[in-house]
Amino acid sequence: MWEKVKNYLVANALNLNIGFFLFLLVFIIPQFFANNDSILLVIRGLIVATGGGYIFYKLLLFRKNNPNFKPSESKLLVDVAGSIIAILTGLLFGLILMLIVNPGQAFGGFFVILQGGFRNIKSFGDMIYFSVPIILTGLSVAFAFRTGLFNIGATGQLTMGAYAAVYIGVKWGVIGEFSPFLHWLVAILGAIVAGALWGAIPGLLKAYRNVNEVVSSIMLNYVAMYLNTMLIVKYIYNRDFARALAPKSTAVTPLMNLHYLLPNSSVSGGIVVAIVVVIILHIILNKTTFGYELKAVGFNRDASKYAGMNSKRNIVYAMVISGAVAGLAGGLMYLVDGKFLQPLNVLIPEGFTGIAISLLGLSSPFGVLLAGLFYGSLKQGGFYLQLYSFTPEIIDIIIAVIIYASALGLFLQKFVIRAMKKREMLIDQKPEEAVEGSDA
Amino acid sequence: MEYIVEMLNITKEFPGIKANDNVTLQLKKGEIHALLGENGAGKSTLMSVLFGLYVPEEGIIKVRGEEVHINNPNDANNYGIGMVHQHFKLVHNFTVVENIVLGFEDTKHGFLQFDDAIKKITDLSEKYKLKVDPNQLISNISVGMQQRVEILKMLYRNADILIFDEPTAVLTPQEIEELMNIMKDLTKEGKSIILITHKLKEIKQVADRCSVLRKGKYIGTVDVKTTSVEKMAEMMVGREVSFVIDKEVAKPKEVVLKVDNISVYNHALKKNSVTDVSFEVKKGEILCIAGIEGNGQTQLIESITGLNPISNGSLTLNGIDISHYSVRQRNNSGVSHIPEDRHRHGLVLDYSLEKNLILQTYFKELFQHKGFLKFDEIRINSDDLIDRFDIRSGKGSTTSARSMSGGNQQKVIVAREINRDTDLLIAVQPTRGLDVGAIEYIHKQLIAQRDAGKAVLLVSLELDEVMNVSDRIIIMYEGENVGEFDPTVVSENELGLYMAGSKRSDQ
Repeated sequence: MWEKVKNYLVANALNLNIGFFLFLLVFIIPQFFANNDSILLVIRGLIVATGGGYIFYKLLLFRKNNPNFKPSESKLLVDVAGSIIAILTGLLFGLILMLIVNPGQAFGGFFVILQGGFRNIKSFGDMIYFSVPIILTGLSVAFAFRTGLFNIGATGQLTMGAYAAVYIGVKWGVIGEFSPFLHWLVAILGAIVAGALWGAIPGLLKAYRNVNEVVSSIMLNYVAMYLNTMLIVKYIYNRDFARALAPKSTAVTPLMNLHYLLPNSSVSGGIVVAIVVVIILHIILNKTTFGYELKAVGFNRDASKYAGMNSKRNIVYAMVISGAVAGLAGGLMYLVDGKFLQPLNVLIPEGFTGIAISLLGLSSPFGVLLAGLFYGSLKQGGFYLQLYSFTPEIIDIIIAVIIYASALGLFLQKFVIRAMKKREMLIDQKPEEAVEGSDA
Repeated sequence: MEYIVEMLNITKEFPGIKANDNVTLQLKKGEIHALLGENGAGKSTLMSVLFGLYVPEEGIIKVRGEEVHINNPNDANNYGIGMVHQHFKLVHNFTVVENIVLGFEDTKHGFLQFDDAIKKITDLSEKYKLKVDPNQLISNISVGMQQRVEILKMLYRNADILIFDEPTAVLTPQEIEELMNIMKDLTKEGKSIILITHKLKEIKQVADRCSVLRKGKYIGTVDVKTTSVEKMAEMMVGREVSFVIDKEVAKPKEVVLKVDNISVYNHALKKNSVTDVSFEVKKGEILCIAGIEGNGQTQLIESITGLNPISNGSLTLNGIDISHYSVRQRNNSGVSHIPEDRHRHGLVLDYSLEKNLILQTYFKELFQHKGFLKFDEIRINSDDLIDRFDIRSGKGSTTSARSMSGGNQQKVIVAREINRDTDLLIAVQPTRGLDVGAIEYIHKQLIAQRDAGKAVLLVSLELDEVMNVSDRIIIMYEGENVGEFDPTVVSENELGLYMAGSKRSDQ
C-alpha cells in the first residue's frame, strides 16, 4: 500500500507540486497581503503564469509524445472547434444587431462584450460568482444527457434545492452556534437531497412506467415553483419585504479567502464547490464501472440491455445525481448575503440556461465548466454594456444564436475538418518541396 | 452505339479513403451485368454515383453515348435509371399503387386519381409477369411481393436501366428463382440490368458479364459463361477461397440447452410470435435454426438470452432452470450471444474497441476494483483479443467502434463472446452483410468452438451457411418448429419448401 502511494507521489511529483503551489497562491497567501495591492498583483500574475505555463508544458509534451497527431482525426478537437465557430457566429450576430440598433456605439459596445469578465478584478470575481449556478445546472443537464435522458427539469430541482437550503439556513441556526461551517454544510446537503428527490420522480416514472422524462420533469418545474411560493409564505416569510427571510450568517457560503485575491467582487467559495463537482462527475463518468454503465445506457440502450445492465436502475440513479447537482446549484445561489428567495411564481431561469451550457460544453464536465465561465463573462459584458446605452438583453440574444449554431454543429464540423485537412496537407507537402529543391 | 451506360475512370474520395479509384463500368444494352465485390469494395459508392447521390471527383458518365452530369436521383430518373435498394423504400401503411405512384401522382382538382395508375400497373405486371395486388397494403404482403413492387416502381417511371442492390438477401430459394426469371424477361424486353451482389452462384445463373471491384479498385470485367466461380472469387478477394468447409463429423455429448415448449406472446400484435418450440442443443454440435426472416427466430433467441420474457414453457441450461433469470444471470451461467443486429445490440458504437470488448465482463474482479475500472487490464485484454482474432482497426484498442468496418465489428463481437468461454454459444446471422473472407473466418471459428466441446446454436437465413456449417437443422415457420433435418441428407429445395410453409413434418 505504502509502496503504491510512494510510486504515485513520485510519478506525479510535478502535478502535485504545481497543484500545491497554486493552492497556496489562491487560498492561503493573499490574506497576508490584503492591503498591499502591488503584492496581490504579483500573486495574480504568478497564478496566471503558473497555470498557463503548466498547460503550455502539457501541450508541448503531448506534441512530443504524439508526433503524428492529426487534428482532423481527434473528435475532441473537431467538436471544440465546432463550438468555437458557434460562439463566433453568435458574437458576429450580436455585432450586426448592435450596428442596427445604435451604429455609433456598436464597436465600443462590442469590445465591452469581448472584454466580458476580464475587464477588471471586480468583474472577474463577479463573472465567477454568476457562473457557479450556471455551471452546476449545466452539469446536471449534461450528466443526465450522457445517460440518454433529457433533464429539462433542472429548474424545478434547483428551486427545491434552494428552498431546502434557505429553510435550513433560516430555521436551523442552532447548528450555526455550534459550528458555522457545519451549518452551511447541512444547508447544502439539504439542497442536494431535495434536488435529488425531485429528480428521482421523473427518473422513477421513466424507468418503471415509461413516462417521457421531458414531459414529467417540465411539469414538475411548475409544481416546484408553486410549492416554493406556498412553503415560503407558510414557513419562512418576511412580510415586510414580501420575500423569504435571510438565512443566518452562519449558513452563508464561506468566501474561502477568495475575496482577498479578488477584492470588491461577489466571488465566494461556490466556485470551489462547482469545480469539485466537475471533478467528481468527470471521475464517475470516465473512471468507474457505474459511469461505464451509465454511458452505455445513454449511447445504446439496447446494447446495455443485451449486456445485462440494469438500465432501469441506472436511469433512476442518473436522474437522482442530475437532480442533486441542480439542487446544489439552488443552494449555492441563495445561500448568499443579500439574495432572497421570493414567492414570485416565476421559473428560475438558471435551470434553462443550464441546457444551453450543457450543449455548448459538449456534455462533458470540463467543457461545461468552461462554457459556464464563458457565459458568466458574457453576462458581465452585458452588465457593462449599459454604459454604451445598450440593453443587456443583447447578451441573451447572442447566447441564443450560439446555441442555434451549436445545434448546427454537425454542419459546422464539416468545415472544420476540411480546414484542418487543408492545413495538414500543407504541412505534409513542405518537406517534399524541400527535397525537390535540394535535388535541383 | 453499343453501351447504354458507361462510367469511365470514376474516382470518388471520402475523408481518408478512396472508395472508387479509377473504376470503369460499361453496361451493354439488354444485358445483365453483375457488379461483384466484397463489402466495402466500393460497389454501393459506384452505384450511388450513377444514381446521383454522390458526385465523383474524376471521371465521366455517359448514358446512351452522351456525356451527362447526374447531380441527384431526379436526374437519374430522367435518364431512365432506376434502383431497387437492398432495404426497400416503401411506405408500409400505403397500398401498392400509392407506393408506386409516390412522387408521380396524377391529380384532378387537387384530388388523387388512381384509375389510370392502376391500369398502367396492371399492364406492366402482366407484361413482365410481376404478380402484385395493387390495392393491398404493403404491410400485408410478402417480402417477395414488396420487391416486385419496387421493380414496378422503376418500370412505372419508364426506367430502362435497372440497378438491383443485393436483391436476393431476403428471399427464399423459390422466390430467388422467380426473381431470376423476371430479370431475364426484363432484358428480353430491352431493359439493361446492373446486379450488385456477392453471391457467385446467382451471377453464374443470370448474368452475362461481371465486373469485379476490390478495395475501391477496378479489377476487371469477365464473361460469366467462360469464367469459373473460383476464378471470380479469387478476383474478388485477391486470393484463393475455399468454398468447402472442412469439418469432421460432430460428436454430440450431453445436453447443454433444453428448450421445452416455449411460447412467446407478442402484445402489440396480440398473437404468439413463437408457439410451443422444443429442442435440445448438445455439447459438440452446431444446431441451426433456419427459416425466412420474421418467422419467430428473433423472438425465440431473445427469449433464450433473456431480452424478452417467455409466456410459456421452460429453459434449462446445464440442468438448471433459467426461465426466469435476468440477462446478466444467464450470461454468468453460461450463455454467449452473437446478436443478430450488431449495431443495435452487439456494440456500443460510440465506445472504443477496448470498452466494447468488456461489455458483459466490466464488473468482474479482473476489470474493476471497488467500482473503478482497471484501464491497464482492459488494454491488455483488448490487445490480446485483437491479436488472437486478427481484428483490424485504425488505432488499435482506442479505435471507436463506429469507425470500423462491418467485418471487423463482427470480429470484435465474435472475439468477445468466444473469449467468455461459455458452454453455449448462440450466433444469430453471424455472417450477415460480411464478405467472403470474413464469412470463411467466422465459420471456422464456429466449428472450432464446436470441436472444443461447446454447444453452438446458429440462426441463419442463408441456405448455403445452413447446409455447410450445421450438424442438425430445425426449420421455423410462423413461430413453429416445422421439422428437423440432417444436412447431409436433405436437399436445399426440400428445405425451401418447409421454409415457405408449404410442407411440414408432424413429429
